[in-house]
Amino acid sequence: MEHPAICTIAEPVIAMSNLRLFYGPAEALHGITMGVPRQRVTALIGPSGCGKSTLLRCVNRMNDLIDGVRVVGSLSLDQTEINDPALDVIELRRRIGMVFQKSNPFPKSVYENVVYGLRIAGVNQREVLDEAVEKSLAGAGLWNEVKDRLHESALGLSGGQMQRLCIARAIAVQPEVLLMDEPCSALDPRSTARIEELIVELRRDFTIIIVTHNMQQAGRVSDFTAFLYEGNLVEYGPTRGIFTKPVCKQTEDYITGRFG
Amino acid sequence: MKMTSQQRRGGFWREGEPFVWVSGAALAAVLLMAALLVIVVMANGVAVFWPARQTVFELRQGPAVMGVVQQESRDPKTGARRVQVKIANRDLYGLDFRWLDAPDIRATRQPADAVVLERREYGNVHGFLRTLDLGAGARPATWAEFQAALRRARLDRQPMDRVQRDLSTLGGQMEKVRLSLAKLRYHGRRDDDPAVVALHARQAEIKAEFALQVAAFDRLAIEIRRRTVGMADAGGREIITPLIDVIRANQPNRMGVPAKTWFYAGKLWELFFGEPRESNTEGGLFPAIVGTVMMVFIMSIFSFPLGVVTGVYLREYARDGWLVRLVRIAVNNLAGVPSIVYGIFGLGFFVYGVGGALDQLFFPERLPTPTLGTGGILWASLTLALLTVPVVIVATEEALGAIPKGVRDGSLALGATKLQTLTRVLLPMASPGIMTGFILAMARAAGEVAPLMITGVVKLAPALPLDGQYPFIHLERKFMHLGFHIYDIGFQSPNVEAAKPMVFVTTLLLVLIVLLMSAAAIHLRNTMKRRYTLGSF
Repeated sequence: MEHPAICTIAEPVIAMSNLRLFYGPAEALHGITMGVPRQRVTALIGPSGCGKSTLLRCVNRMNDLIDGVRVVGSLSLDQTEINDPALDVIELRRRIGMVFQKSNPFPKSVYENVVYGLRIAGVNQREVLDEAVEKSLAGAGLWNEVKDRLHESALGLSGGQMQRLCIARAIAVQPEVLLMDEPCSALDPRSTARIEELIVELRRDFTIIIVTHNMQQAGRVSDFTAFLYEGNLVEYGPTRGIFTKPVCKQTEDYITGRFG
Repeated sequence: MKMTSQQRRGGFWREGEPFVWVSGAALAAVLLMAALLVIVVMANGVAVFWPARQTVFELRQGPAVMGVVQQESRDPKTGARRVQVKIANRDLYGLDFRWLDAPDIRATRQPADAVVLERREYGNVHGFLRTLDLGAGARPATWAEFQAALRRARLDRQPMDRVQRDLSTLGGQMEKVRLSLAKLRYHGRRDDDPAVVALHARQAEIKAEFALQVAAFDRLAIEIRRRTVGMADAGGREIITPLIDVIRANQPNRMGVPAKTWFYAGKLWELFFGEPRESNTEGGLFPAIVGTVMMVFIMSIFSFPLGVVTGVYLREYARDGWLVRLVRIAVNNLAGVPSIVYGIFGLGFFVYGVGGALDQLFFPERLPTPTLGTGGILWASLTLALLTVPVVIVATEEALGAIPKGVRDGSLALGATKLQTLTRVLLPMASPGIMTGFILAMARAAGEVAPLMITGVVKLAPALPLDGQYPFIHLERKFMHLGFHIYDIGFQSPNVEAAKPMVFVTTLLLVLIVLLMSAAAIHLRNTMKRRYTLGSF
């Protein structure tokens, strides 16, 4: 189904085709079709309740945890069907990392937080873990701040540090895709700027999908932007295009702050 | 102006000032009650073993008496002052206590040579040392001679103790042979079967040995019981006591503080590590302490894992529906069922049901004498585990429910399975809350008496549930318990007045044990709290 406002992506990492999601009898996503480009940052924007977080959580099947959710349609990661009931969800979630709106470090040491994903995957060699900790924390721009307190509780870090720790934790297992659900909404402007820089850097190694309420943020960090409204994908294309010459009136109104 | 004052009064009520007062007063009342309870128990319990001064009361009529003043009051009819004196010498007077009216008392004095003997039977002797009989007739004796004779008697007692131990070993062997015989008979072996014959021969052998040892014991006992001490009470009547029946002898009016402290320490030692005497009103509490602690321990082994696992299932695995809600309500209500109901259930289900079935299965030859089908520490502990498990379930559920959803999602999103999330993140985080529930459960179990009375607690257990004999832990044995001990000596004893100090001491000890166990658990909980919930979410 070609649509003037929705661009097609060649060789997408994640491909959705007519993806529909139901909470019990209510339909929350009405047939989303879009591709997510490799090693780019794709932002999902839209007013509250438009289904952007729901769409994000479809990708790593976190919606499975909610009773009564039913997903119809196709959603694939590198040609592997994600909605396949026989798919190993554990394996999927190792390939697709996630960072949440509220930072959620475990009540363990900084070190144990970072290696959590590796440990549950059965990795226990000290050298491997040490290397992963340094690499991931450096990748999340946190290494210099916490290298002397790796074995202290992660709950003693500041809010921004905790969120970066969660990013380090997610990239420690070297996923292909990183999902970010409003990662800066609970942070002060300075920490937000720090994480935005980080997202741009991470783009080199990961495919990133980020949900955000902040238009400027979407403009600053993303390469592609998708605008969702009431469970429909209204417009999708390169960020510069969407922010300068939106095709749909709805998109323009939202971006310029006329509603939402 | 009128308007303003009204406004102010409105504000007074609106801002809740009276409510603050009422809640403060309620707290103060509760604290006061708790403090009062502890103070009463402490005041009565701590001083019990401190040696009190002996006073001789010369009466206008009748012989003088000597004893320790217990309390003073006024006669309800005449209004005259009177004192209650512990006069001891139960074998002479029949009573331990006597009220003396002040007008009847001619004079009092506190003689330095007053002696208190603690005896194995009939309570204490209050009197004066007169004679010593070491088997060759009575002759006047000094305190030093008496002490030396006492030490000798104790030394000479040792062979008797050895014989006694041999006798109980023989008794145990005899019981084993009897059970083997019963088993063979049950399996249809006839009397001329070689195994049966051999056992009969062994039985006869043990019997002969037994008779021999009994004779030896009697000889020793007769010999040693001939050594006696002669005392005279304040009125001059003679009391003869065999030296080996004397547990302690002292002259309280001569004792200084160091001597009294030493005496007190000795009594405490006896309390903690000694066997009870005189239908539990004297002596130690060792079997009751062991029984209580062991029962709580076994209870925890069952109740803690069962409660935690059930709570985890209810919160993490069960799909929330009407059935789960019903189960939750039922669990909450279970915590409020009167404990005696659990006791009756324990008796019917564990003791008669499970125990009876196990007897049929494993010990049919011993029937109708039950082995497991009678009260025992295992059944009592299981009954209490059942009683406390709802508390642990509720605590586990609440603790798991209080964990932010983000932590759960974070773990799952990293590719952890539900079980990994549970064991690596959720349970450690919930552990302080679970421990709090468990502390409550344990404190309740330690103080519970009613269900124990019908599932295995006895007044006097012949053997501890924990000893050096294989298999060391005897879960089928009956046991003693501090709570029941209080009830027993305080309300079932033939000599309630004499038992009163022991009631307070036992209460104090029970409270201390509960406090100690709770303190240990609270320490554990705080350690976990520091470890798992630093900062905020």
